Amino acid sequence: MRLFEYTALQIKEKIISGEILPVDLVKQFIEHIKIIDPHVQAYLNLHEEDALQKAAQIQKRIENAEKVGYLAGVPIAIKDNICTKGLTTTCASKILRNFIPPYDACVVKRLKEEDAIILGKTNLDEFAMGSSTENSGYKITRNPWNLEYVPGGSSGGSAAAVAANLSIMALGSDTGGSVRQPAALCGVVGVKPTYGRVSRFGLIAFGSSLDQIGTFTRDVKDAAVLLQVIAGHDIHDSTSMPVPVPDYLREIDSGVRGLRIGIPKEYFAAGLNEDVHNALKDALRKYEQLGAKVVDISLPHTEYAVAVYYIVANAEASSNLARYDGVRYGYRTSKSNGIVDMYCRTRSEGFGNEVKRRIMLGNYALSSGYYDAYYLKASRVRNLIKGDFDVAFQKVDCIVCPTSPVPGFKIGERAKNPLEMYLSDIYTIPANLAGIPGISLPCGFSKEGLPIGMQILGRHFEEEKLLQIAYAFERETDFHRKKPVLKFSPTQKE
Amino acid sequence: MKIGKKDIEYIAHLSRIELSETEKETFVSQLSDIISYIEKLNRLNTESVKPMSCAINATNVFREDILTSSLSLEEAQLNAPAANGVFFKVPKVIE
Repeated sequence: MRLFEYTALQIKEKIISGEILPVDLVKQFIEHIKIIDPHVQAYLNLHEEDALQKAAQIQKRIENAEKVGYLAGVPIAIKDNICTKGLTTTCASKILRNFIPPYDACVVKRLKEEDAIILGKTNLDEFAMGSSTENSGYKITRNPWNLEYVPGGSSGGSAAAVAANLSIMALGSDTGGSVRQPAALCGVVGVKPTYGRVSRFGLIAFGSSLDQIGTFTRDVKDAAVLLQVIAGHDIHDSTSMPVPVPDYLREIDSGVRGLRIGIPKEYFAAGLNEDVHNALKDALRKYEQLGAKVVDISLPHTEYAVAVYYIVANAEASSNLARYDGVRYGYRTSKSNGIVDMYCRTRSEGFGNEVKRRIMLGNYALSSGYYDAYYLKASRVRNLIKGDFDVAFQKVDCIVCPTSPVPGFKIGERAKNPLEMYLSDIYTIPANLAGIPGISLPCGFSKEGLPIGMQILGRHFEEEKLLQIAYAFERETDFHRKKPVLKFSPTQKE
Repeated sequence: MKIGKKDIEYIAHLSRIELSETEKETFVSQLSDIISYIEKLNRLNTESVKPMSCAINATNVFREDILTSSLSLEEAQLNAPAANGVFFKVPKVIE
C-alpha cells in the first residue's frame, strides 16, 4: 500500500509509532498531487512549503518524545471558502483573488492545535453557489472516476481530492448539500453536522441560517475522527451551540439491531435514477439483515424544499455578499466615477454569473412589495418542512434515502439551465432547511461505473447515532474501498 | 409572475450590479423560469404557520462586557485596495 492510500486512523498510529515519517508522507502526497492534479484540478492552491515545514516540526517532536496532537501529521485539504491565516482564501471568486485572511477560521485553528497538516485549498463553485464546481472563477474540477463528469458541488475540489488520494481528509461547507452531494458523486464519506454543531467563525458566509462546515473522508471512522476535532461551541460564533461533544468513536461499533430506519416515499418517486434506486434497495435489505426495522414514512412537503431554499438561501446571500464593495478587502475596479459607480463596477467585474443571478434573486425576494409573497411565504413553508421531520423522528431513529437523484452528470450538461442544476440538490436541501445532520456514504456503482451515495439523516445533534448506523453498513460492504483508476505519468497531458 | 426587463434593471440597481443588454435578456428569461418554479409555494395555505428563520432553538447570546484584543489596525488594512494607514480610501462620496 502506498502511503497516500491509508486512512487517517491508520496513518496516525504509524506516525506516532515512528513507522512513517510525517515529512516522507507529505512529500509523497505532493509528488502524487503534481502528477494527478493537473488532470483532476481539485486544488486552487497547494501549500507545499508550509506543509513540509509543519511536518518537520511534528517529526522532531515525535523523535523527542514530546506530546503531539490527535491528528499529528495527518494531511488535510481545506475548501477555499474557509479562512486560513496568511494563505490566500478566494472563495473561487475573482472578487477575492488576492484576499489573505489575517486570522484562522475556528476549524482551522482546531486542526492546527491537533497538528494536522494543511496541504492546500480546494476548488469550489464561486461562493459555494452551485452543484458541480463548474461555477468556479478559476478552473473546473473533474470527477476522478470519469474525467468527463462533474465531481458535484459546491465542495467538488475537497471531494475529488479525497477520492483521488490527493489528501487523506478534507473540509467543505454544506448550505444545500455541498458536502453530501459531491461526496456521493466522488464515492467518499461526507458529513453535514447539525446546524450549530461546528463553529462557522471564518467560514465565508453564504446562507447564514443554512451554512455548516462538514467533512470528507475515506471511511466513516475517519469522519468520526475529524468531526471530533472540529465540533463544539466557539465563543466567536453565537450560533454554535454549547452542547457537549460525545466521543464519536466510542459507540461506533454498536450496530443497528432494533433501530428503526424511516424510508420517505417522496425520495423514491419519479426522477430517481434506476441504478441509484437499486443500490438503495440493496442497502436497505442489508440493514434489515443486520437487525434494523425498515419503516415507510412520509415527508409530505419535500417537493417544496427546492423552492423554499432558493428564496431563503439567496435572500441571505444577497445580504451577505453586499460586503464586497471594493472598500476594505478584495478586488476594486481600476476606473470609476464616484463611489456608487465604484461599487457597481467592482461587483460587476468581480462576481461571476451564478453569483449575480443569486444576489438578484435574493434582492428581488426581499424587495418592497415582494417580501411577503416570497421571503415570508418561504419562511412559513420552511417550518412545514421542518415539521415533517419532527413528526418522522417520533417514529424512527433515522431516515435513509439517496443523496443525489442521479449518479452524476457530465461537465456542461446542466450548466446552461440554472433551474435544472438547482434540482440536483432535491434530496439534500431539506436537511439544511431543518438544520438536521446528514451523512453520505458509498453504497454502490452505476452501470457506467460512477459511485452512488446513500444519505442518512438524523435528529439534531445525533451525529453519533448517524456515524454508528453508517458504520454498521460500511463494515459489511466494500464500496468505500474501491478507488478510481488514475494513471498519468508526470509529463503526460490529458 | 413574469419578470420583465424593467424588473431586472431595478433589481440590478438594488444589487449594485451593472448588466449588459445581452446579460439583461439572459437574466429576464432565467429569473422568470426560477420565479415561476418558486410560485408553486402558493399552492400551500400557510396562514396559520409561523415563519421560521432559525433551524435550532437558539436565543440571543450575551457575554460579559469585557475588553479583549482584536485585529490590529495594520492587520485590518492588509487587504485594503487603498488605505492611508488610518483610513480606508474610497472615491469621492459627496459632490
